[in-house]
Amino acid sequence: MEVSNFEALESGVGELIQPFDLDEFREWNRAKKSRKLEDKLMSEQEAVSRFVYDGCYIGTELYGTVRCPMSLAREVVRQNKKDLRVCGQGVLELDLWLAAGLVKKLDITYIGLEVYGTSSALRRAVESGQVEKCVEWSNGAITWRMKAAAMGVPFLPTRSMLGTDTLKYSAAKVVEDPFTGMKVALLPALVLDVALIHVHRADKHGNAQIEGISGFGAEMARAAKRVIISAEEIVPTEEIRKYPDRTIIPYYLVDAVVHAPFGSHPGEMAYAYGRDEAEIKAWVEASKTAEGAQAYLDKYVHGTKNHDDYLKLIGEERLNQCVDLRERRQA
Amino acid sequence: MTEETYSKTELMICVAARLFEDASTCFIGTGIPMLAAMLASKTTAPNLVPVFEFGGMGAILEDLPRAVGEARTFHKGLAASGICDTMETAQRGFIDYGFLGGAQIDPYGNLNSIVIGDHDHPKARLPGSGGGNDVGSHCWRTVAIMQHDARRFVSKVDCVTTPGYLTGPGARESAGLPRGTGPAYVVSTLALMDYDPDTCRMRLKATHPGVTVEEVIASTGFELIVPQEVGQNERPSMEELRLLREEIDPERLYI
Repeated sequence: MEVSNFEALESGVGELIQPFDLDEFREWNRAKKSRKLEDKLMSEQEAVSRFVYDGCYIGTELYGTVRCPMSLAREVVRQNKKDLRVCGQGVLELDLWLAAGLVKKLDITYIGLEVYGTSSALRRAVESGQVEKCVEWSNGAITWRMKAAAMGVPFLPTRSMLGTDTLKYSAAKVVEDPFTGMKVALLPALVLDVALIHVHRADKHGNAQIEGISGFGAEMARAAKRVIISAEEIVPTEEIRKYPDRTIIPYYLVDAVVHAPFGSHPGEMAYAYGRDEAEIKAWVEASKTAEGAQAYLDKYVHGTKNHDDYLKLIGEERLNQCVDLRERRQA
Repeated sequence: MTEETYSKTELMICVAARLFEDASTCFIGTGIPMLAAMLASKTTAPNLVPVFEFGGMGAILEDLPRAVGEARTFHKGLAASGICDTMETAQRGFIDYGFLGGAQIDPYGNLNSIVIGDHDHPKARLPGSGGGNDVGSHCWRTVAIMQHDARRFVSKVDCVTTPGYLTGPGARESAGLPRGTGPAYVVSTLALMDYDPDTCRMRLKATHPGVTVEEVIASTGFELIVPQEVGQNERPSMEELRLLREEIDPERLYI
């Protein structure tokens, strides 16, 4: 393939850990994504076992403590899906995968514990060499990479990352824009193998609606070959049709729909429930050592058969407390 | 702790809060910038429009956000959009200030939040850019808020994560970053710094109460520009301390 005129003034040294072919992506979308309104409801065991596989390139949305597919993330650990290549702005969900030793390569933007500081699980996994590659991006850049894939184009230009080591350790390229002569960073499209997205409500076909900020849900769903939706509530399609303006992810993007009440626990779900601070702190403490992290995984992940079982372990009382802490719509 | 005494962190937050311009749009990073924005919105900048990267715009900051996506970042907000919208809004020149943190800062205001040591074999793996690089690239002016010691204020950061003035005058523009942008201030636990317009190097502007110029110099791992006149920041007022302790961070997560 000849790349003419567009000469790279600078190229990041990071590996493009998920190469892509947009015509193949189109053909995939034609052949593998049904336009029929099929019933895609299934358990998290079935969804993860059917669509997540060793070595796949996977992403989660939004992140760790906010509208995060935690129930699916825990199931990925239960099924020990290995050698994952992960794009990540992540908090608790990526911490679990890192602690379980499932991550091989990272397109990393931010993995940390926010108010509680740096991630011990990330530190151990990267400093020991267990994670083989960290390719750097900014939060904007990784989302625009998904947006490029969602648009079906090979790259998007941005003025982020220019002049920095963030660009140096990325797989972006700097070129002179042929229209204006200005320098721009070209961000390669990111076509994910699998996306895990948690929403407020979906119907059995996968039409998905959220409340509050949309994060990068719309972009990720459109950039992925397989999309697993977990939803707080499964609603009849008539409900979706009443508020079609709320559907940010239409059914044809979706491969599996999993009913997961409190699916973001211990994180929050806007207007539904707040954070379980005690449980978040329990992970922060436990994850400080490899042994502590393993004990946590043994109790909360391997020690529970599925999400229902996990919720029983957490207990109704604490879940109700989270509901009490929810954001309320008010003037 | 009585109202007469205050911690270095409390003072740093107060000095940072006083820098917020009323009715400006401000990108707020996680941690201390959130406390500073809350204090500003309750005191000198009641019409502040906080912007959080995952989509929260124009929130009323009643409770301290513990995550840049939690509902508190769009509580009674004007808009709840997504990360593309907020970052593109910054790229179009709509965001006046960005408030940031980092593990290391150099004389040109470049920030590191990726690694300590070598990138591929780090001594310490830090969280990564997050939205920091985008904020430092696109906001008109940025303010860094940092603990002040010689391990953090270094002549060369291990990994330039978020651009300051890069290597000096004209470097941002020649790298392709938007014209007229760059760091404005650094607020530390010891002092307020700005940048010398001719060299783009960090310059001491005012020390905190009880802190000497010598102490600031000794705690800085590079040659800080010290002008003839160095101001002194005002101590936190009773009202600032009350707001911080009773309303902003009653759980003492940061202060």
